[in-house]
Amino acid sequence: MNWLRLQMRAGLRAARQMLRQPFNTLLAALVVGIAAALPATGYMLLGNLQRLAGTVSAAPEISVFMQPAASADTVKDTEKKIRALLAKDGRVELISRDTALKRFRDNEGLSEILDALPENPFADAFVVRLKDADAQRLEALRSELSKLPEVEHVQLDSDWAKRLDALIALGRQALTMLAGVLGLGLVAVTFNTIRLQLLTQRDEIEVSRLLGATDAWIRRPFHWFGALQGLLGGVLAGLLALVATRMLAQPMGELAGLYSLEFVLRPLAALDWVVLLALCALLGWLGASASVRRHLSRIA
Amino acid sequence: MIRFEQVTKRYPGGHTALERVDIDIARGEMVVVTGHSGAGKSTLLKLLAVLERPTEGRVLVGGENVSALKRAALPYWRRSIGLIMQDQRLLFDRSAFDNVMLPLSISSHPPREAAKRVSAALERVGLAGREKAMPVELSGGEQQRLTIARAIVNRPQILLADEPTAHLDDAYARDIADLFRSFNEAGVTVLLTTHDGGLFERYAPRRLSLAHGTLQ
Repeated sequence: MNWLRLQMRAGLRAARQMLRQPFNTLLAALVVGIAAALPATGYMLLGNLQRLAGTVSAAPEISVFMQPAASADTVKDTEKKIRALLAKDGRVELISRDTALKRFRDNEGLSEILDALPENPFADAFVVRLKDADAQRLEALRSELSKLPEVEHVQLDSDWAKRLDALIALGRQALTMLAGVLGLGLVAVTFNTIRLQLLTQRDEIEVSRLLGATDAWIRRPFHWFGALQGLLGGVLAGLLALVATRMLAQPMGELAGLYSLEFVLRPLAALDWVVLLALCALLGWLGASASVRRHLSRIA
Repeated sequence: MIRFEQVTKRYPGGHTALERVDIDIARGEMVVVTGHSGAGKSTLLKLLAVLERPTEGRVLVGGENVSALKRAALPYWRRSIGLIMQDQRLLFDRSAFDNVMLPLSISSHPPREAAKRVSAALERVGLAGREKAMPVELSGGEQQRLTIARAIVNRPQILLADEPTAHLDDAYARDIADLFRSFNEAGVTVLLTTHDGGLFERYAPRRLSLAHGTLQ
């Protein structure tokens, strides 16, 4: 309880010190905020991209298009052969030419053009979904499927989704590195701010020691100062990420629309905010702690 | 209560500030240490406040060797004494109230009780009503009173003052001297240094004279 009271008083002293220099406080918090905003915004964008990727199957998928003139018996026979080739490694879905026509008509609103055509332009097709397969197995399967009678074209559909997954993984790695570097920057900024604070308050520290202040009593408000500055920077970073969300929401929605995807850019979730603020405060505290440890001993 | 036993203090470079000094001060005594600049008066107080450590000998307070206190114990020792330095060491960006509040904040007094103590201390030194004044708005004599209020707010049993009347005109200096006398009458052990021994003569304190680091 006593510990808590001491911490609360130190926190108040730190807050008062920050309010005494509002411009400096805001400037330092802005530096922290901008440093933290980059990974925060990146994290938010990656999260959205991952959500988008989640709506598209990244599992290996092969489309097998029959010749338009293929008979119903041939199609049934082909389906059996595909199932035999797959064994238990995946499943097969037949999309008949009528179903394809209906889907196209529903999705694209091109019914007038389709009506003008003398006959259904689509062929029967199979969508083959594999549980898992390496590139060699996929290529071998594609080759086998191409050899089936009256099969016109075989297409691997999952490549772009895999590429997207790989890009997201790469983005996540890059973001982690960026966050690490900027986190170090945040610690350095706080380190320097606290160093200047120690110089500014040198007289007070010396007098306090004469009057019986312990090192812990002197250190405590500086730790709080660093943590509060980090917290304030975290709030600014979150707000900057929010502004970025608002600004990017419309163009990203339009871009997704071009690919017939429904996509709404989501801002940072409540838990993300908590993590962002806690991390910023922790890094601020670390910078302050290192600075006080290094510089306080030099003040007699 | 306070005993200096064969205390010698030599500074790096070879200057000897005190040489084999023996002093006994009883509880409730008022002792005035006189001497010229460089006689070792300030060093004597610094040794008692453990701002310096003796090169030889020891300083005992209530039987405890304070000169051997560990670093971690020093803050608690300093809280138990009232210390008035020659250069005052006021915080000029804080009000009179906040300056006097500092020792109580350090010793974690509850804010309400601390505020009462600060007001009482300021009243005691004649600065009632000047709580919000900044040190720069106070006269030299008032600044010295503020320093004294800060020293007594923790209700110490020992009050140490290094040249408390230096740079003050006669009237202010007499006021300050009266204050120390009143603290002593209240039971506080007072040890102060001055180059103007005559100022305290009317209170008939015990007088010690230092010259070149030795007692005369």
